[in-house]
Amino acid sequence: MSYFVWGLIAVMIIAILLMLFRIQSLVSILRSSNEEVGTSNKVNGALMLIVPILGTIAGVWSFLEAKKHFLPEASSVHGKATDSLFWTTMTVITLMFVITNAVLFWFAYKYQYQKGRKVSFFHDNTRLEVFWTIVPAVIMAVLVFAGARVWSDTMMNEPKKGEAEIVEIMGKQFGWQVRYPGADKQLGKYNFRLIDDSAGNEFGIDFEDKNSEDDFVGTKMYIPVGKPVTLKIRARDVLHSVFLPHFRVKMDAVPGMPTHFSFTPTKTTVQMRQELGNNNFNYELACTEVCGKGHFAMRMIVEVVEQEEYEKWYAEQTPLLKDKPEFKGKGMGTLRKKNLAINENK
Amino acid sequence: MAELHHDNHGHTAEVHIDHHHDHEHDHHHEQSFISKYIFTEDHKTIGKQFLFMGLMWAFLGGAMSVIFRLQLGFPDLSLEFLRPIIGTWVNETGKLGQEPYLALVTMHGTIMVFFVLTAGLSGTFSNFLIPLQIGARDMASGFLNMLSFWFFFAASVIMFASLFLETGPASGGWVIYPPLSALPEAVPGSGAGMTFWLVSMTLFIASSLLGSINYITTVINLRTKGMSFSRLPLTIWAFFLTAIIGILSFPVLFAAALLLVFDRSFGTSFYLSEIYIGGKALHHVGGSAILYQHLFWFLGHPEVYIVLLPALGITSEIIATNARKPIFGYRAMVGSMIGIAVLSFIVWAHHMFVTGMNPFLGTVFMLLTLIIAVPSAVKAFNYITTLWRGNIIFTPAMLFSIGLVSVFISGGVTGIVLGNNALDIQLHDTYFVVAHFHIVMGSASFFGFMAGVYHWFPKMFGRMMDEKLGYVHFWCTFIGIYLVFFPMHYIGIAGFPRRYYSFSTFDAFKTFSDLNMFISAAAIFTFSAQALFAFNFVYSIFRGRLAPMNPWNSNTLEWTTKNPGHGNWVGEIPHVHRWAYDYNKPDADKDGFGDYIPQYVPLTETPNSNLEHEAELVKQEKKVAH
Repeated sequence: MSYFVWGLIAVMIIAILLMLFRIQSLVSILRSSNEEVGTSNKVNGALMLIVPILGTIAGVWSFLEAKKHFLPEASSVHGKATDSLFWTTMTVITLMFVITNAVLFWFAYKYQYQKGRKVSFFHDNTRLEVFWTIVPAVIMAVLVFAGARVWSDTMMNEPKKGEAEIVEIMGKQFGWQVRYPGADKQLGKYNFRLIDDSAGNEFGIDFEDKNSEDDFVGTKMYIPVGKPVTLKIRARDVLHSVFLPHFRVKMDAVPGMPTHFSFTPTKTTVQMRQELGNNNFNYELACTEVCGKGHFAMRMIVEVVEQEEYEKWYAEQTPLLKDKPEFKGKGMGTLRKKNLAINENK
Repeated sequence: MAELHHDNHGHTAEVHIDHHHDHEHDHHHEQSFISKYIFTEDHKTIGKQFLFMGLMWAFLGGAMSVIFRLQLGFPDLSLEFLRPIIGTWVNETGKLGQEPYLALVTMHGTIMVFFVLTAGLSGTFSNFLIPLQIGARDMASGFLNMLSFWFFFAASVIMFASLFLETGPASGGWVIYPPLSALPEAVPGSGAGMTFWLVSMTLFIASSLLGSINYITTVINLRTKGMSFSRLPLTIWAFFLTAIIGILSFPVLFAAALLLVFDRSFGTSFYLSEIYIGGKALHHVGGSAILYQHLFWFLGHPEVYIVLLPALGITSEIIATNARKPIFGYRAMVGSMIGIAVLSFIVWAHHMFVTGMNPFLGTVFMLLTLIIAVPSAVKAFNYITTLWRGNIIFTPAMLFSIGLVSVFISGGVTGIVLGNNALDIQLHDTYFVVAHFHIVMGSASFFGFMAGVYHWFPKMFGRMMDEKLGYVHFWCTFIGIYLVFFPMHYIGIAGFPRRYYSFSTFDAFKTFSDLNMFISAAAIFTFSAQALFAFNFVYSIFRGRLAPMNPWNSNTLEWTTKNPGHGNWVGEIPHVHRWAYDYNKPDADKDGFGDYIPQYVPLTETPNSNLEHEAELVKQEKKVAH
């Protein structure tokens, strides 16, 4: 019943709109016969001024409102450089945006049709063209230079061997897992053929490698403050991407092609909680490469702690092999033998 | 006065009957309905076919975005009312399913980029305008041109059919990155849906190549007498360069797709390596998922300009016509378009800064990327200068063109941020990117599309669209676009990743639920406003006011013919004696012209208004004649 009523109302509204449209178009035919360019031109001209002005007000207001929800100051060394470059660039482009749009709409308003207006046949001016080729070129050059510096500081400034904490992070549908190298600070070898979820070797760790024996795994990331951390990033099924918004870190996780990203955290989780006055604050790690149904829920908590606390925690962790002694000595060699045996039996 | 003159010349052309063309263009025999409207070889009808198809896809693609915006803006809303349309995509709890969400996002992207803004925009206007504006009877090959549309049609049918598959259409994002797109275990859409996508896109690429080769051949070979390259309207330059970009880049997408087909169906490992999924390790080793991205973006980035350049070309034409002023810096406009076309091929890896590629390469691609901002800026400045001291008539097409310049700038400047690799680390795959390309590529091209439809509608259908509805349509769309995409920058700065089904999982992304609601409401508003256009378009085809021959007092050749059917001009094709931008030329009134001198008017007839170099040309012509 209610559908019927709504349908009827919709039909009536449409009928009324159609009638208005018809009347409007007939009236405009009558009018336009004696007017070359109608009053609509003036209305549109006025809107060319009104809409951008209201838009600017809305833009400024909305920015001030939105600013409250932006991410807090970066919690990593390179992140601070990223942020300052970002806001400098934003200032430059906001200026460009405002000036060019203002001129565009001002001209549209100012030079709207007027009977008998003298139009200038201005179609070429090499000086002007050269001028506004060079100006953006110079601005771009400055930005490229600044960007290249921040980029190389971020990406090419690898910490020396032994200087950084190594954490391996592996993405899968749909979650993250971390592996730490254990007491020897050496991650053991792995191979995707050794992955066995049901047995509990989700990383495919090769336990024939001695370095694997003290590796421990987890679903929460602990990292120390004030020390470079190198994330060894990989994925085991489809593309994922490690995103640590508070640290301005992002790097894709690619099956078959390990990647890495080094950064230095500057604030512990506790410090952030105090600064933000939010006791529930946590650093979060998200996935930013679409990976299927659960893409939006690939969350891992990252806890940044003081150096001593980190070392204490690190020492307390149990190696995977201790929980799963059956893995001892098993790796690619064992697998090859097993496959060989299967083939021979065939 | 100008109108009178126009008649004198337009009609003298009809008196001279060109005997060479008699046999080809004898229209006394009736064409059957099928050969006239369906399997037609007439470029004008083919252009309209692309237009109708493109608009249908635009409606569908837009509607899809409204559905997923409902999920993002109103996550608690029951979508039961959509069940009659999208069926089981609404799950038992009355919400949009997670996989259908991804499918919608993927299809929205594919449809908008390829079917609407490539085929719909370039297909419509390249086909319709190239022969008419350069003075040709038709495309170089009418038959290939017909095939081009029907390949597109077939691609459309298959893509549309994929929506009805049980496992859903492709759902790995419009970029279909493997391994996700290669493994049906990873997402159901990578099963039959992906196969349909690949087949459809292969046909689409064939369509695009057939079209492009025709446009290029036509522009090079079939220009009328006097229509030198330096006298081509900027629309033609834009279509010509677009076709060249397309012909060089689409085959690479074909290669990428073909290798993906091999990986999916024949067990090869071009893109796949070391994968454990669904409880077992796959046999693939040695492939590179990143290789696909290089191949994809080798098309993907030029594709941005494939959709943008035609819109810019259309805008150049419309702004000059309605500002009643020559386009400022014609040579610079052509130069920057060529610059953009060349640079578009060497910036692709800026989509891949955080894929783990060599950081040095990142620096190189940042440099090349930011260089492309220079010709783009030049174009924007030249549009603005064209308005300066003009006498602007705000037709709906002009409004959309001015709107285009505005969004081109607004979206362009954020490209400077994203092209900077240091900043892209944080912003990559966030809503900042979504905001950026929807404004600069999506909206700008869409505005160009709309501007083109409003401007050339009288030529296409012989009737005028209603102006008032057009104004309302423009202002609603223009304001709506900014309301939708401007706030997305904020969400992006706050780090929200794109293609997220919901933002409730992360503490960091829980803020801005009000803003997301606002964006969704604005998107619904903007989409609804398109109904004004749809009504105006359909109504005007049948009941619009009859159009005069040259409604906008434009200089280009398409306004000199009364659409006699296949062949474009009765009798001889008009010759061209000047560029297309002689608007308000000084002293034109002394030659008996109003504020415009069409391209077919010989320089000898305008001795008072000729510029120095033109006077020189006249002398030379006279010498040759003697």
